Amino acid sequence: MAEAARGTMPLREERDIVRCRQQVRALAQQLKFSLVDQTKMITAASELARNTVTYGGGGEMHWELVQDAARSGLRLRFEDQGPGIADTQLALQDGWTSGHGMGLGLSGSKRLVHDFDLRTAPGQGTCVTITRWR
Amino acid sequence: MDRIPILRMGAVLLVTIQVDLEDQMALQLQDDLADRISATGATGVLIDISALEIVDSFIGRMLAGISGIARVLDATTVVVGMQPAVAITLVELGLSLPGVRTALNVERGMALMGEADPARWRDG
Repeated sequence: MAEAARGTMPLREERDIVRCRQQVRALAQQLKFSLVDQTKMITAASELARNTVTYGGGGEMHWELVQDAARSGLRLRFEDQGPGIADTQLALQDGWTSGHGMGLGLSGSKRLVHDFDLRTAPGQGTCVTITRWR
Repeated sequence: MDRIPILRMGAVLLVTIQVDLEDQMALQLQDDLADRISATGATGVLIDISALEIVDSFIGRMLAGISGIARVLDATTVVVGMQPAVAITLVELGLSLPGVRTALNVERGMALMGEADPARWRDG
């Protein structure tokens, strides 16, 4: 039986951040990502999962194995119904933080993946989609 | 919640992180180390992260926090054993761990601590 190509997991508490990393590791290994590529994708997922839990008030991660003409990849979507972000340009700069972090969550994870999409508005929650190709 | 064990070897406290760190465990380790440095008068803290498969900004901040706390308590911290893939990712993430001394392995970490404070190292 083929492995499922997509799924969803909750991001409600700190422990879910660890579970998210484990899930992303398993998926990246399934896609035969190199060790460095695995590490980058897991680290990006960890940053975004923490944002969802800590600043978004909890949410979900949706994952999907994606394929285009020449390559396969892993796409992750982090969604919350939290306060959202007013100034996304500012939020994507190094050092911007809404809480107690180092302000590298969004800008740093963007550097670790190939495709990065941020959709958010005040009061509308936040949705970050990242893709890393093999 | 599990706690990360802290071993004492002479004047050095040795921590080997072997689990996928929950945020709360990382914060607990910071508190526990501060208490142990203060209680034992340790002059060095060696943190072995060779089993860690990722270091994200939270764990990076914890390592920087431990180094800072230890420095204020008159102890030197050396983080050893970072995997190459972790180092590559960490730098791309934007974290170069300023203020955190690092070494390739435990032996070199111990040597670094000896250099940092040879007089007390001998006494330890």
